[in-house]
Parts: sequence; structure tokens; C-alpha cells
Amino acid sequence: MKLIYEKSQSGRRASVIPSYENLPRPEIPADLRRSEPPRLPEVPEFELVRHFTELSTRNFGVDTGFYPLGSCTMKYNPRINERLAALPGFARLHPLQEEDGSQGALELMWRLQEILAEVTGLDAVSLQPAAGSQGELTGLMLVRAYFATRGEGEQRRKVVIPDTAHGTNPASVTMAGYELTNVQTDARGNIDIDDLRGKVDEHTAALMLTNPSTLGLFDENIQEIERIFHGAGALMYYDGANLNAVCGISRPGDMGFDIVHINLHKTFSQPHGGGGPGGGPIAVREILEPFLPVPAVVRREHGAFGLDFDRPQTIGKVRGFTGPFGVFVRSYAYIRMWGPRLREMSETAVLNANYVLARLKEAYDLPFDRLCMHEFVLSARTLKREYGCTALDVAKRLMDYGFHPPTIYFPLIVPEALMVEPTETETKETLDAFCDAMLAIAREAAEEPELLKEAPHHRPVRRLDEVRAAKRPVVKYGFEEHPRPDAEPAPAATQSPSGV
Amino acid sequence: MTQHPFLALTDSDREQMLRTVGAGSVDELFGDLPEAVRLQRELDLEPQLSEHEVFAHVSELAERNADASSELSFLGAGIYDHYVPAVVDTILQRGELLTAYTPYQPEMSQGVLQAIFEYQTAICELTGMDVSNASGYDGTTVAADACYVAKHATGREKLVVTEATNPQVRQVVKTYAAGFGLEIVEVPHRGGTTDPDELESAVVDAAAVIFQQPNFFGCLEPAPELVARAADAGALPIAHVDLLSLGVLEAPGRYGAALALGEGQAAGNFPSFGGPHYGFLAAREEFIRRMPGRIVGETVDTAGERGYVLTLQTREQHIRREKATSNITTNQTLLALGGLVYLTWLGPQGLRELGETCLSLAAYAKQSLAERAELEAVFPGKATFKEFAVRVGRNAREVVAAARERGVHPGYPVGRDYEGMDDVLLVAVTEQRTPDEIDRLVDVLAEVAG
Repeated sequence: MKLIYEKSQSGRRASVIPSYENLPRPEIPADLRRSEPPRLPEVPEFELVRHFTELSTRNFGVDTGFYPLGSCTMKYNPRINERLAALPGFARLHPLQEEDGSQGALELMWRLQEILAEVTGLDAVSLQPAAGSQGELTGLMLVRAYFATRGEGEQRRKVVIPDTAHGTNPASVTMAGYELTNVQTDARGNIDIDDLRGKVDEHTAALMLTNPSTLGLFDENIQEIERIFHGAGALMYYDGANLNAVCGISRPGDMGFDIVHINLHKTFSQPHGGGGPGGGPIAVREILEPFLPVPAVVRREHGAFGLDFDRPQTIGKVRGFTGPFGVFVRSYAYIRMWGPRLREMSETAVLNANYVLARLKEAYDLPFDRLCMHEFVLSARTLKREYGCTALDVAKRLMDYGFHPPTIYFPLIVPEALMVEPTETETKETLDAFCDAMLAIAREAAEEPELLKEAPHHRPVRRLDEVRAAKRPVVKYGFEEHPRPDAEPAPAATQSPSGV
Repeated sequence: MTQHPFLALTDSDREQMLRTVGAGSVDELFGDLPEAVRLQRELDLEPQLSEHEVFAHVSELAERNADASSELSFLGAGIYDHYVPAVVDTILQRGELLTAYTPYQPEMSQGVLQAIFEYQTAICELTGMDVSNASGYDGTTVAADACYVAKHATGREKLVVTEATNPQVRQVVKTYAAGFGLEIVEVPHRGGTTDPDELESAVVDAAAVIFQQPNFFGCLEPAPELVARAADAGALPIAHVDLLSLGVLEAPGRYGAALALGEGQAAGNFPSFGGPHYGFLAAREEFIRRMPGRIVGETVDTAGERGYVLTLQTREQHIRREKATSNITTNQTLLALGGLVYLTWLGPQGLRELGETCLSLAAYAKQSLAERAELEAVFPGKATFKEFAVRVGRNAREVVAAARERGVHPGYPVGRDYEGMDDVLLVAVTEQRTPDEIDRLVDVLAEVAG
């Protein structure tokens, strides 16, 4: 399919910009004036709409079909949320509006904070972080500020992370200026407690843990882990990527965690938009509240809502204003449409995952044979050994059956990993169709492995060469190599893509 | 209890599924949770609402806000009320794009991958840079990301930021810098812009210099000169720019900036009380392997057809973990797509005309306030783009309150961020404002200013 730049013809346009005679026309100083116009596309509006509509047909979302991408919680995104976020009272509200002109927005945020405090079992919430990984980094900044005020800032330099963790955890540790301590997973898929004991001491600042873990397993020793960390004077951080498993069933605060981030784009249904936006609010225990980012959204005396900048111990700001407000509108509406029945959401997510696991575990390797929570991890190790078919091949073949593949090659401790998260969305018929496809693919691997290795067969493109893309990066359109159709005929066009 | 509309399992589905699992009840599935960490009560949340009820409730909250459709607004200071064309809504509501995750599986995601490739191209064209990422959270966090790039590229531990850079950008950079081990030095403005000589003395041994063009006061910085002084000292010049100024203002790449970044909201996103928006981040070729975040690259499939994939992933957290160039994973792709659709709608001519209209309207506002309300620009000799600072003769917050009672939000009280500027308003004029509306602003300020 052509790029929008390849459909461009000079002189065409989609917009008319208001302009006024008789107004001053200030000159921009010559050395600051644009010297060459940017080569933006030149198309009429109907070509614009057709182009992006065609792009959408080459994409797959939850609206298209089943999307069991492990750790990403690809659930249905109710359309009412879109209507609400687009209301002019929200969409056209300026973030620097005075408090008396933004009471509705402030109240919505305050109410969402109260809800998230209840769901996580913690005391105070900041909605400011823009995504889960920014929530992590913010949480670690709180840890640093907390220990600094206790005079333990120099002493506590280490953050403990299990080997099943998302890559964001160690990356956040480095960005926060901490050192990483890795801890292993035991044979049941829990943190290896013996390994842990040797690694937690007076130099430890915090633990970062996802529970249930990226294996989809709830750590059965969570109480012992809590004793080890709090016993050493360290704090506990909960990566909320898997909160969809436990809403209304078990709360991170009750497990002993001091800081939690919540992925609003996972558990609370902000559509992920092909990569974002997200929302990564953090909830904390009371001892950490003074360090939260400013401004805090507060309810003042007499019931008015406001922004409090007067927090002398704050870490500062991690993002502009009070966070991605449109995301809050969607998540707030979503949670209100569940109420206390959020528990049913998590129960169904866990039942769906266990059902799919039960149907698939004979055909694929199961590294940890336990009941799972909202997701589970299989391995294609045997398929690879016996038939040369990898997890990647299974994933690509699933596309031919009309399903989005699971997460693959993660967590890192499981070879040929296939991480499946069905979520609470989906009928039993869809779950069965997916299981049938996975079972059929396992048979195909034995009988006709080329079907997997050459997959996908029915997508807009065949399997793409990712190695080539990284070796010779072409990261923007090469205007020079692709003369415009309306330009003078060029000498024989080269085939070489533009490099940067 | 009635079936929840977001769920599908019937009683008989549930029974069959539990049988397949080999569990007697849903509760048994949670057997790994120690009793002590289980919630022994119902969540204390207000009862479930129907769609009708949630619409009524949340609409009522929206109506309690004074937005730009109910109040004539000249608020800017980083977020602007530019027009967002209907095509942006149309495309962003396509479910295939709206409800997709990050394009880890390229064969399922050619739509969004190609769109990001086109977006990267547009950002590179506007900024005059070689490589753009797929977006960052907003205009503040991309500045912090750039500091991380600069620190590792230069090995230096000082960062210079001009005081005329947006205060929120400076605050976020400062918050991040502690973890990066970077010390921040601010260079004050002199009469609304940065003095290149003063910058030169501050920049010794600095990893980078961040400046904003146009700056927070709306004034045009001597950007080529600032960049030259920074580069001479071996510091990376980082330009924080307004995409919509780049039809009339020079591309930062053309005057030597190493990185160009900023807040994308003005180009294709609603103000939305602060987000979600997109931050853009572009750089010269030499920084491509230090870039934070997703980057889409062109490749071919097994049949030799062109296609797009996430590329250079060895920079990223899921591969490099603690050695990654950033911890970012979720970004702002949908909002950046809004930016691409908007920039396509504008085209190069529309972008230039938009810039000219903003320049004209703002100049008209500045001139009318001086002539008819006797309110003088704070930095009279300085060229501005769509925003300017004006003295209002008394506390600007009081002026805002009084003007709002008359249905006009006249701008941002600069004293909220800068000492000694309590009587200063920052007035933003986008192409959505008309000369008549500007006249109304002038009338109201003539009445309420000191």
C-alpha cells in the first residue's frame, strides 16, 4: 500500500485556514524564518479519509477479534467512554483553568482517586504518571525521597526484582539511580525464598513485584516476602500490570505493598490506541503521601475541589498538569458501570484463563503445573525440538485462524514462551474456537510444519524481516529516492530505500 | 443478579468450564491466595450504574466546567485551543486502530505501523531532523528523555535550561534529573529572551542546553545563536518547539539543534484538561541508537513486499532491561496519529497559513491592547508568534477573575511561575479567535485592568 506521501500532489489541500485582510502582518526576523517548506502530504480530504480508513483495515484491535496478548489485558473498551471523554466540558477544558471553572473535572479525579485507593487497599493516590512504567519510576522516586528524609538515602541503594519481571522494572531502577538485585524463581513459579533471604539487607531500598506474576501465578509466599522486606526496613512496590486478576478479591495494600501503580489502559479499559495512551496512577501508604507529585487533587472544606501545590516534601512533577485526564474520564465511567461487581470481572478473567489452560495443556508444555490466575504461560519447546516449529511460528499461524497471537518469548525464564491472557471479555464460543485453533496448530506442527513456518498466509503482508529493518534502519520516507509523480521525470528510480 | 453487560458466560458455560478445569467453584481457582490477604468483604464502591445513568452523571460533571466553548478563552502557556478537524475524530474512532495494543506482531498491525512511519516522517520534515520516535507522553517528559540521551552521549553531569522555557518542562526535567545524576543550571532571561553570552558562560562542561522557541513568554529566542554557543562548548543543543510554528519559523535542524522536541497537543489534540496528548522527540542521525521509545522502520516480507516493523528494539527495556535507553513502553500512539491526520489535513500550505493567521491575530491583539486599553507588552522590542505577555496594572489573578465574570478568560497569570511578574498576563491567540473576539478581550481588559 502506498504511503500518504506517495499520494501527494502539489497544490492539493484538505483545509481552509481563516485569514483576515486589514490585520497587521508582522515580519519574522530573517534568520528565524522558515527557509524551506516541510514536505507534508498534499491531499484532498476524501483521499485523507480513504487512506487512513485503508490503514485501519490493515490493523487488528479488540474490536476486530480475540486478542489474548498476555500481560496486556486486551478487554472490550465500552463506547460510552469515548462519548464521555469527548464532551466539550472535558475535551475543550484548558488545564490551567481556574479552580472554580474546573470543579467537575477536579471532582471526577478526586472520585477516581478514592476508588483506586479502595481497590488497592492504600491511603493516597496520584493520577499524574502517564503510563505504568512512569508509575514505576515515580514510585522509586518516592522510595528515594522517603529514605532520604530518614537519613538512609546513601545506605539503601538496591532494588530487588524477580527474574520474571517486565523489562520496565529494571529500566526504571536504573533511571531512578538505583542498583538492581535479581532474585530467582523457584520450581513452583514463586520467588525463591532462600535466594531472596540472602539478598535483602540494610542496603535494600525496595522490592518490585508483579503479583500475580508474569507467569500468571499468585505468589503463595507473599506473607513471608512481606516479613523479609519490612523486617529489613525496606519498602514494597507492586507492579499493577496484572491487577485484572484480583480486583475485589485481594488488595495489594492487604498483601503488604506500600506503593502500587495501576495500568488504567489494562484493568480499567482505556483503549490502547495501537501503543497508547495509557494511565499509570500510583497509590501509596500514608507514610509516603507527603512525597507524591504536585499538584495533589484535594477536596477542601465546604466541599469544593482544588489543586494543592503546597507539598514541601514532594518529589516534584513527572508529567505536565495533573495527568492524562481523558483517560481518567474513561476509567472512571468504566468502574462506575461495575461498582462492587468488579469482583465478577476478575473472577471471570481467571475462570476464562483456567479454562483455556485446561484445554491446551496436553498439546503444549506447561512449565508450572498449577491453577493459573488471569493468564498463563505455555511453552512450544517440544514443538521446536520435535518439528522445528517455534513459539514465533505458532504465533504467526494463529493469525491465519483470525486470532491475535499471545505474547511470545516472555517471561524470559520460559523458553519458547506463549503467554495467554483471555480477559473477562469473550464468549465461551470464542474461547473454544481459539483452543481449537491452538490444538489444530499443534497437530499441523507434526504433520505439516511448513504451514507454521511460512505463516501468516492471509494477512496483508507475509512474514516481515525484522533483522533487515534493524541492520539498515529506514525510519522515514525517502523523498529523494522516490521522486514525486508530479515532478519532472527523474533518471531511473533507484530501489534503495533511504537510510538515515 | 442480572448478567453484567461486559460479561458473556452463562450459568451453563460456567459449569462446563469449571468441569473442564476440574474445579468445584470459581472460588477454588483462588486457592493459592493465603486467607489473610483476601478481601473478606465487598469493595466499598457506589452501586453499578447503567449506561444511561453513567452518561447523565458524568455529563453533569462536564457541565460544571468552563471550557472554551462556554467561555471566550485566551489561555495558552503550552496548551492551545487550535481547531481539531472532524477527520481526526473519524480516524481515531476506527476500532481497528483505537483498540489495538502496541504493534508487537507486525503482520497484524500494518495499519498502525505505517501510520507511525508516516508520523515519524512528518516530524522529521517539520523539525529538520533525521529520526523521530513514535511519541513520548507529553512535552515535559520528552525533555527529560532527551536529558538521558545527552547524559549518555556526552558523559557530562550538568544540564543547562533557560528560565524562559516552560516552567512545567523545567520542573519535570528537575524531577527526573536527580535519578540521572544530573545537576541543573538555569539561565535567566533578559527582557524576555536568553542572552547568548550568558548562556555561553553557563554551558561549560554541560551535557546539553534546553531552550524553547518560541519561549514561554511567546518571544522568539535568538535560536541559531544559542545553538551555536552550546555546540561550541560540546553541549547538545535541544530545541523545545511548537509544531504549529514550523510553517513560518525555521526548522531546528537547519540551525544546528541536536534534538528537537515538544508538546504535540496543539497539532491535532484537544486540550482535554492536560491530556492525553503526545510529546514528539526527534534527533540527528548520530543519536538513533540512543533514542528512547518505539521507532518504526521499513522492511520487506518474504515475498519482497514493503512493510513496517518496530525496529532497533535492542535499545528498549524489554530487551536491554536495566541498560535500556528508557523505561518507556506505552506511549501516545493514538494521539500522535491524531497529529499525523491533522498535519495531513493542513498540508504545507495550510501550516504556513495557520502560522501567518496566528501571527496576525496576535499582533492585532497586542496592538489593540496597547492602543485601546493602554496595556503595554512586557517585552516590547521582542518578536512574538501567537502568544505575548502584557502588563495589566494590578494582580493578574484578580484581573482573570474579574474578566471571567464577564465571560472572557484573558490568559495565564505569569506570577504563578515567575517572581516579580504578578501583574503580567500571558495572552494566547490561535486561529480559532476572530478579530471581533479580540475586540471583546480588549474591551473587557480595558474595564478590569488596573
